[in-house]
Amino acid sequence: MFRQVAIIGVGHVGFRPLTPDLSYKELMYEAAVKAYDDAGVDPRSDVDGFVTVAEDFIEGTSIFDEYVPDQLGAVLKPVHTICGDGLHGFVAAYMQILTGAMDIVVVEAHSKASNVLTLEHVMAYAMDPVYNRPLAVNPHFVAGLEMNRYLAETWTTREQCAQVVAKNKRNALYNPAAAYGADIEVDAVLRAEMVADPLSRMDISPHADGAIVMVLAAKEVAEALTDVPIWVQGVGWCNDSFSLENRDWSAAIYAAKSGEMAYRMAGITSPWQELDFAEIDDTYSYKELQHMEALRLCRPGEAGPLTEEGATELSGELPVNPSGGSLGMGHLLDASGLARLLEVVLQLRGEAGPRQLPDVETGLAFGWRGIPTTSGAAAILSN
Amino acid sequence: MGMRKVAVVGAGMTRFVRRAQETGRELAYEASKMALDSCELTLDDVDGVALGTAPDSFDGVHMKGEYLSDAAGAWRKPFLRCYVGGGTGVFAPIQGWYHVASGLFDVCLVVCEEKMSSCQPHPQGAFLTIFDHTTERALEPNLLWIFALEMNRYMHMHGLQKKDIALVSVKNKRNAADHPCALLGNPDITVEDILNSEVLAWPVQRLDVSPVSDGAVALVLASENVAKRITDVPVWIKGVGWSLDTAYWTNRDLYYPKYVEYAARMAYEMAGIREPRKEIHVVEPYDPFDYKELHHLEGLLLADKGDAPRLTAEGVTARTGNMPVCPSGGLLGVGNPIAAAGLMKVAEIFWQLRGEAGKRQVPGKPITGLAQAWGDLMQVGTVVILGIHG
Amino acid sequence: MTSKIKEFPGVALSSSDFEEKKVLFTEWAPNAQYAWDAGIAIGRYLAELKQGRIIGTRCDRCRRTVVPPRNFCEWCFRPMDEWVYLEDHGVVNTYSVTYVRWDMVRVKEPIIPAVIEIAGASKGMGIMHLLGEVKPDDVKIGMRVKAVWKPPEERSGAITDIQYFKPME
Repeated sequence: MFRQVAIIGVGHVGFRPLTPDLSYKELMYEAAVKAYDDAGVDPRSDVDGFVTVAEDFIEGTSIFDEYVPDQLGAVLKPVHTICGDGLHGFVAAYMQILTGAMDIVVVEAHSKASNVLTLEHVMAYAMDPVYNRPLAVNPHFVAGLEMNRYLAETWTTREQCAQVVAKNKRNALYNPAAAYGADIEVDAVLRAEMVADPLSRMDISPHADGAIVMVLAAKEVAEALTDVPIWVQGVGWCNDSFSLENRDWSAAIYAAKSGEMAYRMAGITSPWQELDFAEIDDTYSYKELQHMEALRLCRPGEAGPLTEEGATELSGELPVNPSGGSLGMGHLLDASGLARLLEVVLQLRGEAGPRQLPDVETGLAFGWRGIPTTSGAAAILSN
Repeated sequence: MGMRKVAVVGAGMTRFVRRAQETGRELAYEASKMALDSCELTLDDVDGVALGTAPDSFDGVHMKGEYLSDAAGAWRKPFLRCYVGGGTGVFAPIQGWYHVASGLFDVCLVVCEEKMSSCQPHPQGAFLTIFDHTTERALEPNLLWIFALEMNRYMHMHGLQKKDIALVSVKNKRNAADHPCALLGNPDITVEDILNSEVLAWPVQRLDVSPVSDGAVALVLASENVAKRITDVPVWIKGVGWSLDTAYWTNRDLYYPKYVEYAARMAYEMAGIREPRKEIHVVEPYDPFDYKELHHLEGLLLADKGDAPRLTAEGVTARTGNMPVCPSGGLLGVGNPIAAAGLMKVAEIFWQLRGEAGKRQVPGKPITGLAQAWGDLMQVGTVVILGIHG
Repeated sequence: MTSKIKEFPGVALSSSDFEEKKVLFTEWAPNAQYAWDAGIAIGRYLAELKQGRIIGTRCDRCRRTVVPPRNFCEWCFRPMDEWVYLEDHGVVNTYSVTYVRWDMVRVKEPIIPAVIEIAGASKGMGIMHLLGEVKPDDVKIGMRVKAVWKPPEERSGAITDIQYFKPME
């Protein structure tokens, strides 16, 4: 079968709304030092490859990969950058170890969202220049359109979406790394200012800064370096149509196919039964529900009621986003998926402190690259 | 070594033009379709897609990998976009390689696209933003400057003259006259033409440089079993290597590309190559500027430091020479749509090893070839070695 | 390839196609603005530039004093040990003479970018800047040059607080 690979070290900085004291290089350095210390590796001699994720227009610099090697200990080593979510970087690192050519590979992702003064304009710049951009509408409209369709097709209510917000922000109160923990009423979400009907400002996760570094290792090496290797059981990733005009607005097919691939690799046939918890993209409140259904954790239309019943709370049958998700931790741009994965690692290691879930063995992380993309990636880990 | 074998089984490319009517998506589609047609596969046969494309500023779309994704075949498929500046064109097949060598995929489509012409008022302006936003950008550098600084250092350290270097531009632009997709093929160009061309940033003159262009190239990669079913002539990926040097380029001596050497050594080791000068039969090093071909040949350990100009002058690197270099015509002759240009070189080695390079075919039935790309702030080396024998 | 394929896709357009409106196009100017946190190392670098000084950092393990400063040694992967004030003069490592600006607009007066190894830092540790008050033909690799600063009240804590480097005589 496939070579077994484990995560042997993690490190992060943040997550906070601002990080004015540190440059992105210094954020990355700190996260890397922590990860390498956790893994017990020296990047200069032990690490075979590095994968980072970044987008030029988020960084404000073209060919951003130029600026990554120094602070990761990767000078004159095999480094490359993926324009994707941290989870895409993760699968790239994983594949490099599977080839047999490398034993230890590092993945990094960060967010300096606070430094992008015109973030919504930059988001709009991702739209098709001929067909969509000239409409000059706030880009959140894409999520608004999708949410409306999702609510109509699945009979999910705005209240149920608002409960996702309340749950995740409450979970975040137990997460020292979360930027936006709060105890809020469902009503507050419903009454908040409309951004793109039916999305209110509180349905949208606010941004945060931070950096995450993880160290992956092949089995033999992992077992020599750590007592708590967290094994990769399956991965999957998928892109659907980019075109707004051609896409299916009701189902998150990219999530379904990512899940399918990961479940197949992990030998999972009944996700709700076989997973103990999940960290699932919640960039927008309804996305947590839509993604849960696409990932076959429940049937279409069931995610809302399950949330209402408390099944996805920390104390529920299948906790979703115990970390607080993006709604509670802060949206870390393309580092968000890796933040989901980080929580899965911490929970499986028993290092999640006040929000530790009891007796967990298998967890799922799923990330989405945000509007206007249909790009997602999934990873299933176990201890 | 026990690693899963991966072969290139098909290739396609568009013409490289100054300004294409096609959108970036259309260019990516044309190249991908041609690559699939060349080995009689359809999109259903493709398990995953690896896209390489360089600065988003050119196409004028943030997250342009997403914008191009389904045009590059990634509709409801696993899709990754790699980006290492100019090194991307040779890195994309490396990314395709690890997709297949990992065992997760049997067939991977590798696509590289660049549409530089959309950037106004001049695509060159986009390169301003590759410099450090705090310590360099305020000085308003043109990318040409950094090449000129490197070229000057290289010439200074080895006592070279412009005429020694201009021979490369002549060779490549003449070679390109036989490439059906070439933008700047010119069978009659001379050293005098190069030396008389406008000084842009001394020692760089206009004809030392490859121009901004639009274009796309695609390859189909397959695992061993599948490759053998698809074609009688799979071209195997024997070795891959890549290395990224420090961002602090002003702290390095630019006369020698150490990162190209590191990348080459990684690839040679994987390919089991001990004497590259004997075992590599055809080479496509990255030649955005004429001196870069020389610089890179030395970094690839195919020439002693400072000696590559002599090899050129003596005809060793001509198509009919002992070590043909850039038989395609390279970037100098075919054009430089950044990521696509690098992949064009890998495609050229593919066609050369199969004997399908038409008028550009190097004699002697080459068995092993090497393609290399470079990028960033004089910083990244990416190398792929292909071989006709398994 | 070439033997089998006759037609390659790709339609080349020329300027006249646009001027004569034979093709349609859309335009968009991105609104992309950033305020980058300088952080500890570069924050100090800029503050010192404002004071008319160049500062670097030193790693005691590999014994390099580097500029621009960073608070980690990328070679040893450990924190730098100390700040080191450097001179504001140095030696030209390489240079170019150019008549094009960043946007390819031609200029009459040559611009002379260079890498200048700063005295006080380890050999080879340079920064990029411009040369001034010198004729292109007189520039040599190995030439000693000194920073020409903006007057203190005009400095803002930027690399342009140094206007250019000129030959030391």
